[in-house]
Amino acid sequence: MSSETSMIVPYVNHKKPPSLLKILRKIWDLKLGLIGGVIIAGMLICAVGAPLIAPFNPYEQDIMERLLPPSFLEGGSAKHLLGTDSVGRDTLSRIIYGTRISLIVGISAVLIQVVIGVFLGLFAGYYGGKTDSAISFMVNVMMGFPFILLAMSLVAVIGPSLQNIIFALGITGWPVFTRVTRVETIKLKDSEFVLCAKTLAFSTMRILLKHILPNLLPSILVLGTVEIARAIIRESLLSFLGLGIQPPTPSWGMMLAEGRDYMLSEWWLAALPGFAIFLSALGINLLGDAIRDIVDPHMRKS
Amino acid sequence: MTQHYTDSILEVRGLKKYFPIKTGVLKKTTGFVKAVDDISFILRRGETLGLVGESGCGKSTVARCLMKLYDITQGDIYFNEKNIANFNHSELLDYRMMVQMIFQDPYASLNPRMRVKEIIGEAIRVHGLSKNRSWKEDVKDLLNTVGLRESHMARYPHEFSGGQRQRIGIARALAMKPKLIIADEPVSALDVSIQAQIINLLDRLKDDFGLSYLIIAHDLAVVEHISDRIIVMYLGNIMETASDKDLYNQPAHPYTRALLNAIPDVGGKKGGNQRMLLKGDVPSPINPPDGCCFHTRCPDMFSLCSREKPEMVEISKNHWVSCLKYKR
Repeated sequence: MSSETSMIVPYVNHKKPPSLLKILRKIWDLKLGLIGGVIIAGMLICAVGAPLIAPFNPYEQDIMERLLPPSFLEGGSAKHLLGTDSVGRDTLSRIIYGTRISLIVGISAVLIQVVIGVFLGLFAGYYGGKTDSAISFMVNVMMGFPFILLAMSLVAVIGPSLQNIIFALGITGWPVFTRVTRVETIKLKDSEFVLCAKTLAFSTMRILLKHILPNLLPSILVLGTVEIARAIIRESLLSFLGLGIQPPTPSWGMMLAEGRDYMLSEWWLAALPGFAIFLSALGINLLGDAIRDIVDPHMRKS
Repeated sequence: MTQHYTDSILEVRGLKKYFPIKTGVLKKTTGFVKAVDDISFILRRGETLGLVGESGCGKSTVARCLMKLYDITQGDIYFNEKNIANFNHSELLDYRMMVQMIFQDPYASLNPRMRVKEIIGEAIRVHGLSKNRSWKEDVKDLLNTVGLRESHMARYPHEFSGGQRQRIGIARALAMKPKLIIADEPVSALDVSIQAQIINLLDRLKDDFGLSYLIIAHDLAVVEHISDRIIVMYLGNIMETASDKDLYNQPAHPYTRALLNAIPDVGGKKGGNQRMLLKGDVPSPINPPDGCCFHTRCPDMFSLCSREKPEMVEISKNHWVSCLKYKR
């Protein structure tokens, strides 16, 4: 295309109403975010109102009704909608209670990641030089290390408990935040309003926290939602390996591990908590995409 | 030479700022961009000094060196006869209070996530500058001073026009109750009609607040109105220093004449076909020409120009020129 026509095309496009395909696509994009929002809202309701929503006590065993299939399969009863596990605990109730663990672990671990990662990123980006080299080296080492090995050895040393899982996930997951914060800080540190803050004799801490950080919040927010989904999956992974939440506390990953022994006959025992993990990660990612579109119009899909 | 001009608020001696060029994996320094190459000038108390030159001649670098935003390569800067390089923490704080800067781009110099009252009032609050009253009162006064309304306090920068934004930037500088304001191209990003408003505002504030100005511009027409004295810079060097009248009526340096000729005028009183326009581009500051740095484009160039670097010569009172034509 010659340069002449390419200069004219955008002008013409401005006058033309957006095509039907584009409108449909926008509605679809919005719908995906809405679906994510509904999933997250459902998770929050389950987590907060678990005792009210769950039909049974998640710890209550009933040997007479063990390994019942879900009601939609042959042999299932309406009493236990999603069936029971090997000791007769109601699977639906356990999944509902498991939402609590997943959300607590996901959100708390990401908060720790944000605090560590953002601070290091701000310092690395702002000071540059040797500080930057040292912090970037740490980030590269952490990112090169297999997560599972690091988290496993950490949990093995400090022992598996809810707090320790959160700690282990938080302490291993921060490098992504450092990377994003560092790059954005480098972009901002020579901007005129930061130079101006220097000429106004503000302390470095004030410049970092009050002038630079607020401009990074959209990126951190978007990354944070994606990282919550990752933390939930990783918690499940640790619990599956027996290094996470300890029985009998209901956790999706642990339920998955318990269902493994019955994979061939009672496959739903593993499939149902697996589906819960998938659904929550999907919901959070969809919502994260929607938030990104809202806070940053530049990244919006055309 | 340790004697200082007693009426100077700012004195610059032999200021050099070289930026290293680093290439390769090992970040080896392979050369320098000589952004500012040995300049000296003084700024008297209560004076408005204009600093004019083409883009890339080192004007903004001078401003940033003066604000201590850059470490200088060589030379000394004296503020009230004290070398700013030797300032300790509290002296530096005082210096920052007394010397303030207005930035070129009113869109980039205001934090997009802060409200106007925070942008202007933060310094007042942090440094405890308001006496016996709320800092918000000071912000209101400042907004009135620069021609904005109190109702603008809770707004964000993106809700304002370029001229209004520049007024916010001026109010922010005034909040520190400075003695000297360095304005780095304060109007070059604005419409011509707004330029005059801002220049008039700066002129008025000078008397009201007892300020001295260093006003940087690439357009002689902008500083003509407001400056007492004008410095003309080219490729990191000072070409000519003169009062505004002398500079306009008897420009001595060929470069100054070219700049004056480049001002478009309506009515053609300067004679259209006698207009002298420069040919070629500004040479690279990485490898500035030997001798006089202007000789590659100078219409009056003679053989000595490419060999000998000219010194500043005083051709009449307070009218200094760096050109070999005026040697001896």
